[in-house]
Amino acid sequence: MLTAGLQALLSHWWRHPFQLVTLLIGLATATALWSGVQAINAEARASYDRAASALGQTPRPRITAPDGVPLEQEHFVALRRAGWLVTPLIEGRLSTEAGSVRLVGIDPFTLPPADLPDALEGDTALDLSFLTPPGQLITSPATAERLEGADLPPRLALDGIAPGLAYADIGIAQDLMDMDGRLTALLVLDDQPLGRPPLEEVAPGLVLRPPAQGGDISRLTDSFHLNLTAFGLLSFAVGLFIVRGAIGLAFEQRRPVFRTLRALGLSTRVLLGLLLAELLVFALVAGTLGIALGWLIASLLLPDVAATLRGLYGASVEGALTLRPAWWLSGVGIAVLGTLIAATASLWQVARLPLLAPAQPRAWAMASERTMRRQAVVALALIVFAVGVGLYGAGLVGGFVMLGALLVGAALLLPLLLHVALRLGARTARTPLADWFWADTRQQVPGLSLALMALLLALAANIGVGTMVSSFRLTFTGWLDQRLASELYVSSDDEAQAAALQEWLAPRTDAVLPIWRASGEIAGAPAEIYGVADHPTYRDNWPILAALPDVWDLVARGDGILVNEQLARREDLSPGDTMALPGWETRVAGIYSDYGNPSAQVLVGLETFDTRFPEAERLDFGLRLPQGEADALARALVEEFGLPAENIVDQASLKAFSLQVFERTFTVTGALNVLTLTVAGFAILTSLMTLARMRLPQVAPVWALGLTRARLARLELLRALLLAALTAVAALPVGLLLAWVLLAVINVEAFGWRLPMHVFPADWALLGALALLAAGLAALWPARRIATIPPSELLKVFANER
Amino acid sequence: MLVVEKLEKSFSGGDRPVPVLRGIDLTLDASRTLALTGESGSGKSTLLHLIAGLDAADGGRILIDGDDLAAMDDTRRAALRRGTVGVVFQQFNLIPSLTVAQNIAFQARLAGRNDRDWDARLTERLGLASHTHKYPEQLSGGQQQRVAIGRTLAARPKLVLADEPTGNLDEDTGEQVLDLMLELVAETGAALMMVTHSTRLAARMERRLHLERGEIRC
Ligand SMILES: Nc1ncnc2c1ncn2[C@@H]1O[C@H](COP(=O)(O)OP(=O)(O)O)[C@@H](O)[C@H]1O
Ligand SMILES: [Mg+2]
Repeated sequence: MLTAGLQALLSHWWRHPFQLVTLLIGLATATALWSGVQAINAEARASYDRAASALGQTPRPRITAPDGVPLEQEHFVALRRAGWLVTPLIEGRLSTEAGSVRLVGIDPFTLPPADLPDALEGDTALDLSFLTPPGQLITSPATAERLEGADLPPRLALDGIAPGLAYADIGIAQDLMDMDGRLTALLVLDDQPLGRPPLEEVAPGLVLRPPAQGGDISRLTDSFHLNLTAFGLLSFAVGLFIVRGAIGLAFEQRRPVFRTLRALGLSTRVLLGLLLAELLVFALVAGTLGIALGWLIASLLLPDVAATLRGLYGASVEGALTLRPAWWLSGVGIAVLGTLIAATASLWQVARLPLLAPAQPRAWAMASERTMRRQAVVALALIVFAVGVGLYGAGLVGGFVMLGALLVGAALLLPLLLHVALRLGARTARTPLADWFWADTRQQVPGLSLALMALLLALAANIGVGTMVSSFRLTFTGWLDQRLASELYVSSDDEAQAAALQEWLAPRTDAVLPIWRASGEIAGAPAEIYGVADHPTYRDNWPILAALPDVWDLVARGDGILVNEQLARREDLSPGDTMALPGWETRVAGIYSDYGNPSAQVLVGLETFDTRFPEAERLDFGLRLPQGEADALARALVEEFGLPAENIVDQASLKAFSLQVFERTFTVTGALNVLTLTVAGFAILTSLMTLARMRLPQVAPVWALGLTRARLARLELLRALLLAALTAVAALPVGLLLAWVLLAVINVEAFGWRLPMHVFPADWALLGALALLAAGLAALWPARRIATIPPSELLKVFANER
Repeated sequence: MLVVEKLEKSFSGGDRPVPVLRGIDLTLDASRTLALTGESGSGKSTLLHLIAGLDAADGGRILIDGDDLAAMDDTRRAALRRGTVGVVFQQFNLIPSLTVAQNIAFQARLAGRNDRDWDARLTERLGLASHTHKYPEQLSGGQQQRVAIGRTLAARPKLVLADEPTGNLDEDTGEQVLDLMLELVAETGAALMMVTHSTRLAARMERRLHLERGEIRC
């Protein structure tokens, strides 16, 4: 009985292989997009974890100089002598032509072995060649490969080292960072002896800081990953529309079989069990396929994602993928879950299938208007809910809940909107054929609505993300132009050289603008403090968002400071507010935008900087030059003054570099956009194929009354294009709303800055054309079928033996 | 009006073609009526479809008003179905997405001879006046067939072909529908060829042909 039942059920797929392929492809793509994004996220997170544990599983308290400048090595000696168990540390970014690495200088003699990464434990790696010049840089194999040919000490590649990280002996690191006799920090070890003298006594001026909490990087990049996850989820949902369609059709067509089996004595429970088992097998097959596909997507996209993360957040992720069992499992899991979600409605119908009802396929196209109205009510409720969350909700999660409600609401509203639009269109009809075309298109809406909803979501996501990214790019380039107003940026190696440089440059430029910098702590988080000259370069160009009147006079006089937007938002500062800086209080004279910078930043006048940060290095200058003289001066600096070429950066290449980072981000979102659109196109294709079978009774009378099949096929194509066009029009406001939420809510929550929204109608036109292309391609096959269907097939519609 | 000569048609049945019509000859003049009877599977519908230009014959000729159907391409055959021939099938004649009124006017408008007064009279005569805004699925079978007849006659075709138009209806309803059809066909002066099972219905026509295994027996 069971085997016979199973055979009867499975024979359906044998006779309808296209349905089976559709089901499997839909499920596989859904799984692929989801698990591809997950793979990228997992890889990035693993990299952060490895980087966070660069030194020790347990973060240690640190002794540093108060304003973040290096501390003198004598302090280390003094503290050790006084009985403090400390180990010296150098941390910094090492720039080379082959890109930069984070350099960690350690002292193998005082650092407890347990603090080293596992790969370095045991003394095989830290041998004499590590300790003695030229020393050795220990990196991951991928990083070593990236640094190939760089002018650095020999590399030793070890598995298990965090990407983008290089370990060196403390002495070698001091050399590399030009920090002779100085250190970044001292790590305070466990089990300090009792009765050692207090820190102030041994090393006055130094401070003891508690261990840092949580990885900064992972906090910063969370939003990026959340965005990716949201995208993955959306693609998954779009894929499920296909699966839902295929399962719905297969169940519909097997209704008579179900009934026969039930009549032959198979209980509903056993029937459901068989169907579930069948679906489970499909889910496993498609899931495995999808994971392989997802792997491919992830490995294609990861290099770009890695570059984005490196550029935006300084987070190191190597562009290679590792296989994780958890990821495999979650991929299969999501495939099974997706199948179940997509099959719920159909299984429910089987469970309630009456034994004696006529075994006639329900007319899909005739789905009642009541369903549509009910959907519209739910949709409106969701949209109201979304607006409510937008007005009163808060936080990143609130933002995403709002997004979700908005998208689902818009999708549910679509059938009603199309219905209304087609009714209005019908009013313009003047010929019988036009009458029929509009009416018939309206009748197709219920059958196609799942696919059209998928298209709507894909298009809205495209417009939303595209608008966000393009707004970002436009704002960012504009902002770069303002921020990088100086034609040339030079830095000197020490203060003596800085003075000489200033003197040498004075007669050769319009202005030499000192850019002093210090790092410190503001409101408990690390911050950068810049001293800038009072000069029109700033007055005319600096991207001020809000300020007191005469802001630059205030800053120059030391009566106020400028803060960046993210600091202002975090601490809720407005111009005029007072603000505490280490050891000194001032007021906020203005707020400026500072995109792409994860940390707080403060601008003070040069004099203020001199009095408040006497220790800070004064090495950097921006140079204003007449147009076109930058190259000549850069050459002269190298040839006549003898400044190393790497100390000179011209504005153009700085901009190019910054923009490059963003272009990589666009590649990732662009690829995901194309993928979702493709999936939506596929959903349309499968729906049309499904409907084609049921369309014969609708098309045959028109054919019999005197229309050629070729003409009907053309109308069929036109119908798909019309529906896609209407859907695209509906997607536009949804996409723009999505963009607004991303820019004004999600971005502010995640990054701390708000971007102005720009619209790009040319992009919409392109996207609209793509949507039409997708729909047209999807309709091509079903249209061809109509064009070439044998008349006898059409005649069967009218025959007795139906 | 209609001349059929040595008409042949086969369908591919498994490995070799199965002949369905083996040399049919018949003629039908304007304003005349003809009944076509025969057992199920004898080829009645196939013959009707060929005459209506819905399918292509394998041999022989069909002349409608002197024009040979075999010489026509798809487009001209479609034009023939629009303007000259009207077909009523046993079921599913109507366009599901159009209302009764739209269905009735459809073919006439396609043929470019829409006449509102005539439509209104037909609708009235067929007892459909109170149903014009309904959709086919909201009508009974007899009503649907009356709409189909109305639609065919609204276009004033020269030749009306009906394939068991009352086969799906109960006897009384069938009789009423047939009465109406004969009356209205007579009014338009069209020729009528009707396929039917029933000898009783066939007796109401002027002439009767019997089809047996693909050949005419009188
Ligand atoms: N499209 C087709 N393909 C194969 N055989 C067909 C097709 N249409 C009809 N036939 C066969 O041709 C014969 C005549 O069919 P038909 O003209 O419908 O008979 P009738 O209308 O007299 O009952 C039948 O045996 C039928 O099975
Ligand atoms: Mg028949």
